[in-house]
Amino acid sequence: MRRDSHSARTAWLVIAGLLAFMLVLAGCGSDDDGDSGSGSEALQKLGKGEGEVDLISWAGYVEPEWSKPFEQKTGCKVNGKVAGTSDEMVQLMRSGEYDGVSASGNASARLVDGGDVDPVNVDLVPNYKTIFSDLKDQPYNTFDGQPYGIPHGRGANLLMWNGDDVKPSPASWDVMLDPKLAAKYKGRISVYDDPIYIADAAVYLKAHQPELGIESPYELNEEQFDAAVDLLKEQRPNVGEYWSEAAKQISAFANGDVNLGTTWQYQYFALQEEGEPVAASPASQGFLPKEGATGWSDTWMISSEAKHPNCMYMWMDWIVEPKVNAEVAEYFGEAPAQSLACDQTADKNFCEKYHAENPAFWERVYYWETPLADCGNGEEDCKDYNEWVQAWTTIKG
Amino acid sequence: MAAEAVVRRGSAGRRLAGLFQGRPRLQVGTLLAGPVGWLVIGYLGSLAVLLITAFWSVDALSGEVVQGFSLDNFETLVQEPVYRDVVGRTVGVAAAVTITDALLAFPIAFYMAKVASRRTTAILVVAILLPLWSSYLVKVLAWRTMLSNEGIVNWALEPFGLHGPGYGIVAVWLVMSYLWLPYMILPIYAGLERIPNSLISASEDLGAHPFTTFRRVILPLSFPAVVAGSIFTFSLTLGDYITPRLVSNDQFIGNVIFNNITNNQPFAAALAVVPIVVMIAYLLVARKLGAFEHV
Repeated sequence: MRRDSHSARTAWLVIAGLLAFMLVLAGCGSDDDGDSGSGSEALQKLGKGEGEVDLISWAGYVEPEWSKPFEQKTGCKVNGKVAGTSDEMVQLMRSGEYDGVSASGNASARLVDGGDVDPVNVDLVPNYKTIFSDLKDQPYNTFDGQPYGIPHGRGANLLMWNGDDVKPSPASWDVMLDPKLAAKYKGRISVYDDPIYIADAAVYLKAHQPELGIESPYELNEEQFDAAVDLLKEQRPNVGEYWSEAAKQISAFANGDVNLGTTWQYQYFALQEEGEPVAASPASQGFLPKEGATGWSDTWMISSEAKHPNCMYMWMDWIVEPKVNAEVAEYFGEAPAQSLACDQTADKNFCEKYHAENPAFWERVYYWETPLADCGNGEEDCKDYNEWVQAWTTIKG
Repeated sequence: MAAEAVVRRGSAGRRLAGLFQGRPRLQVGTLLAGPVGWLVIGYLGSLAVLLITAFWSVDALSGEVVQGFSLDNFETLVQEPVYRDVVGRTVGVAAAVTITDALLAFPIAFYMAKVASRRTTAILVVAILLPLWSSYLVKVLAWRTMLSNEGIVNWALEPFGLHGPGYGIVAVWLVMSYLWLPYMILPIYAGLERIPNSLISASEDLGAHPFTTFRRVILPLSFPAVVAGSIFTFSLTLGDYITPRLVSNDQFIGNVIFNNITNNQPFAAALAVVPIVVMIAYLLVARKLGAFEHV
């Protein structure tokens, strides 16, 4: 049954109409430059709660243990959504459907640049005053002298292994990144599935190949970047699984699919609770392999399109309330942001263990940042995040 | 007098009805305005926006989308070997899944359409539709557990000294074949059902071997239905990115789009053009094979 000439003509008309429609759209497109970058004002006065608040967070940041009491106290119902990567957080925030996010340093700058978040009026957050001073005014939470969020807590990414299979206990990232040593665990290595993992390779190279001259693992010129990417390409055949959802890594460790990898405290605790024989760099090593580690310092930020700004401010104050921040920090396994939280922890030595009050410790932790072309030392030839994303695709093949 | 009153009372409705009377084009046009408008603006329109975006680029410094015509995205796509690998892998698995499903589905559909009693057929239709009631994600995660190192697949194979496929491309093929099988069975079943039994009897009466009957009568008549089913299995596999993420480390087209969607939407859009082109080519071939003749 051939189509007759009439319907062929109709088809052409539809296509012509679509083309015209596309041209009109393209024309319209160039007029509207979007509302990005138009930094709006921070909230001046706290009003009544709006009855709910929509949050994006890392796994383990919004849990019933402290969100239920918040709901009872403020009447703001908490709708939490967990994101696995900073890219997901940026993506979700750009939808304009959420009031706030627990952003790491590799998301915060992008959110501010994109006009997705508003400055925070810290006067409306009474608990802000007693937050550790080395967490205030940092390049990842303060822009043009204006605070854009409330610090939540900080920590380092962990090297975790299955104590039954990995012996002796590794004290260095070389067990994952040195091709010779990693080959021993071929197909059993678990790696974070995010372009930012390239920085982990850079931390390793900084210690093992000083001739590359790496200073910050997020400011890499072509030579340094290529070295890190090549290292990860060599690692690729040894990788058992790339993970970006915490639950996926937990199941892989529990089912014996992997036995060595990078992780967060959240998965480490969850696996311990399930009775799995996992281990991580001990406290005696300061929780860090000898090269140091990448890490995060997270900030609660408020969306520029927040539908429940009052509830969001109440949440930002609640999460750094000494007792709550202590609970959050102990639940996740990170250093609290609130200095008064150290008196409230169930484990009295918690803050000491996690070096909450020890700024020297954090010098070996490289908080996630958004890689920019600007190297921070006057040079402009560093690889920007877009190139990191492209390289990550090439590494995974 | 009474009739006039009735006319007056319903005058607005009457006038409207009068407007449509004797104007069939207007009738059809009004009826279709909603759905066609939705199709053109909501569906084809967004596709058009996607295609335009593919020619834009991202400013390296500010990370903002720059509107303007450039072929850079497509150049990267063609020149970087990694994207060729990803496209090849995706199309390869889509083809493998389609062939697997066709081979599995045909006997089941044939049994349902020509052999089984009405009652058995009804039970089988329900059995085939039942898995579609549960969430896609639940099914993939179930496979993830089954294929894991300490999962049921390895446990069942162990006594024979064998080891399951583990996570990887084979796992993706297996899971996708499982997921999309109903979409292949149902069109083939419908196609076979339409072949009159008398044709099969005639072939037998004329002395054809059952195999000849299958090859010369049933297969040619049902082939368009197989192609129609293959459009589902092929396109569904082509667009999936969650299964590869959960049961393998391999990147499919969808995964690479996902990686780029936050930072480089124009490049993600250019990548999205690839499955569209592949699908258009596939549909053209399907048309040649007569998949749309009986629609």
